[in-house]
Amino acid sequence: MPERSGPSRLCVRGGTVVDERGERRADVLVEDGIVVAVEEAIEVPAGTRVLDASGCAVSPGLVDLHAHLREPGREDAETVETGARAAALGGYSAILAMPNTEPATDSAAAVRTLLALGAGACTEVAVAGAITLGRAGERLAPLAEMAELGVRLFTDDGRGVQHAGLMRRALEYARPLGVVLAEHCEDEELAAGGFMHEGEWSSRLGIPGQPALAEEAMVARDIALVRLTGSPLHFLHLSTARSVALVRAARGEGLPVTAEVTPHHLSLTDAEVASYDPVFKVNPPLRTAQDVLGVRAGLLDGTIDAVATDHAPHRSDTKDEPFDSAPPGMVGLETALAVAYGALCLTGDGAASGLGSWSVPDPDGAERSPATLTQLFAWLSWKPARIAGLDARSGQGGPIAPGSIAHLCAFDLSARWKVDPSRSASRSRNTPFAGRELVGRVRHTVVRGEAVVVDGEAQR
Amino acid sequence: MSGRDLLSIADLGREGIVDVLKLADSFAEVSEREIPKVPALRGKTVATVFFESSTRTRLSFETAAKRLSADTMTFTAATSSLSKGESLRDTVETLDAMGVDAMIVRHACAGAPKQVARWVRAAVVNAGDGQHEHPTQALLDCFTLREALASRAGVEPADDLSGVRIAIVGDVAHSRVARSCVLAYGALGASVTLVGPPTLLPATTAGWGVEVSNDLDEVLAEVDVVYLLRLQSERLEESLIPSLGEYSERYGLTRDRARRLRPELLVMHPGPMIRGVEIDDEVADSPRCLVTRQVRNGVAVRMAVLFRLLTLGDRKASDDGQERRSA
Repeated sequence: MPERSGPSRLCVRGGTVVDERGERRADVLVEDGIVVAVEEAIEVPAGTRVLDASGCAVSPGLVDLHAHLREPGREDAETVETGARAAALGGYSAILAMPNTEPATDSAAAVRTLLALGAGACTEVAVAGAITLGRAGERLAPLAEMAELGVRLFTDDGRGVQHAGLMRRALEYARPLGVVLAEHCEDEELAAGGFMHEGEWSSRLGIPGQPALAEEAMVARDIALVRLTGSPLHFLHLSTARSVALVRAARGEGLPVTAEVTPHHLSLTDAEVASYDPVFKVNPPLRTAQDVLGVRAGLLDGTIDAVATDHAPHRSDTKDEPFDSAPPGMVGLETALAVAYGALCLTGDGAASGLGSWSVPDPDGAERSPATLTQLFAWLSWKPARIAGLDARSGQGGPIAPGSIAHLCAFDLSARWKVDPSRSASRSRNTPFAGRELVGRVRHTVVRGEAVVVDGEAQR
Repeated sequence: MSGRDLLSIADLGREGIVDVLKLADSFAEVSEREIPKVPALRGKTVATVFFESSTRTRLSFETAAKRLSADTMTFTAATSSLSKGESLRDTVETLDAMGVDAMIVRHACAGAPKQVARWVRAAVVNAGDGQHEHPTQALLDCFTLREALASRAGVEPADDLSGVRIAIVGDVAHSRVARSCVLAYGALGASVTLVGPPTLLPATTAGWGVEVSNDLDEVLAEVDVVYLLRLQSERLEESLIPSLGEYSERYGLTRDRARRLRPELLVMHPGPMIRGVEIDDEVADSPRCLVTRQVRNGVAVRMAVLFRLLTLGDRKASDDGQERRSA
């Protein structure tokens, strides 16, 4: 331990710094939680803890807009503490806790409880509130009261707000609060009884499907409501090519909409369900290869702002049930960055991507220029930080410059590793990437100057 | 047969199907004997594991197992510990631990037998899973059809059904029988047309190798066999059809329609038949209707399936199943 008398110093050495300003070779020196120097070959004062970042991209800490931490209510599946630890291992310095807990985060008291739980966690835990009481979609939750405690994003995630009239009022009411509503787009009547994407695979497998339209109809409705109310709206986990096209047109119109996509929708298709393994059951469901290409294109052209995990832990035994009756959801915090890196930065070269035979090829072998590291970290760090309002509040999302709060992720770009669910820090094991080899692994994570992950090991 | 399970007709392929049909020929002969029993599976234990009620399929499998001298065990969800919240996996692993050689699994959810096969050492036979498949039904249908066509022509049964035109009529979307029949008939060279209102047909039949029609009368003029599917009353509540009467009028083998049928046209149904909806009494009881033969052949075909699974091929390797995800 460094002596208490002097400042606590940390140097992330030998990596390539990647932030909104671009990429450059630099070491990062941190003193008492604040970045004090970003230069090549810094000569560190004695007593400085040095973290080797050679071969790594050193980015601002990742920010997840979409984590289900299950506490309170389902602590058997995840807690704030275990979810935050999994997040740190995945390179995250901040996560947004979704409100579909039991009870739902739909009151100031519930927000305070979660903030208190998050205070001791190894990443920043921000809280998302529910739009409606109990997420029942009937009566407005006290948005202003929760906003006063710092809640910046509201959603009934797990469900969409089914009634258009209520969603309109929610958007109007939220407008002066400086917050953003976020929608899980799923028309429950159109989706009713469907457990996977409706199409060739559902028809063949005999699993009732839900049409892509169940998502797209609500995206279209909500865009019209944003046009009417002028309030900002964030689209959670977009999964179809048409949803992306709708949002692209809305942005073209100048409407204040933002959107996210999950790592699994960037990398997996409904063909996975042929195994009938419920680990591939998720909402929105895995879609077709065309949809995977559609959401990738949405990121590349700026229609989609962020990659968000939709980390949804479930106890193993709930996935030991038939596909129909198993709960939907996948864990994702520990694999998100590597999966996104493989799907977005390494495409065009299947062998190098690490995605191997399960990667979705570009149609007709078309050459698509892969994303840059700056784009990748924009989607995983500073853009989501801005959507959640965590840039201004706690310096999430960088840039990595003297004076900024030290939230850092060092990502080893060439490490190959096999996903082993039994080694996960999450309380749940439901990863669709179990047993697959990924390229790129988080080596260190620094949160407010504290090295919470060093050499791939959680420090607390 | 690929592996030690029969989960889908696709596991068999054309060769496997033909093999089962030929074996079933000899087991059909056994069933005719005064003591219809052979010692082929003495010492083996066959468990019927039914999470969805079905008396006829269960009895057919149990009869088949007994005629092969296997010991039988019966597990049904109603008498199980499932109501106590035990997972599917724990339930079947418990049964497996008792030393069962084959599990005949029926479940209301598609894919459940495939999951079970990953978890247990026993060979697994899919006895119907949700809206997915019912492979032994399709096999006994192929057997019955091939036998009927041969006896009419006065020849030995052919290996395949090439050139035979078959219409599968009704609620294809929700039918596990239809999915298995499409695969089996197709593998044997028959041409298949699916007939029904769009609400009862699958979202897409891309890759199925079938024709699709909404007009039964048009199709009847062109096929050799009409395979009727059962219509469940839930389809009314889901607004997939307006009324049983309208369904019957358009897609049932009504008396009127029956009188216009070519004499050589054959009628099949997996049962249970709803007389007056899918099929009129007059058709159901006519010689062109093969329903009783389908049921009788079910035993011989299931004997063939069990015999093949339990006497041929290697024992399932212990690491065949997926490693249990640690809790």
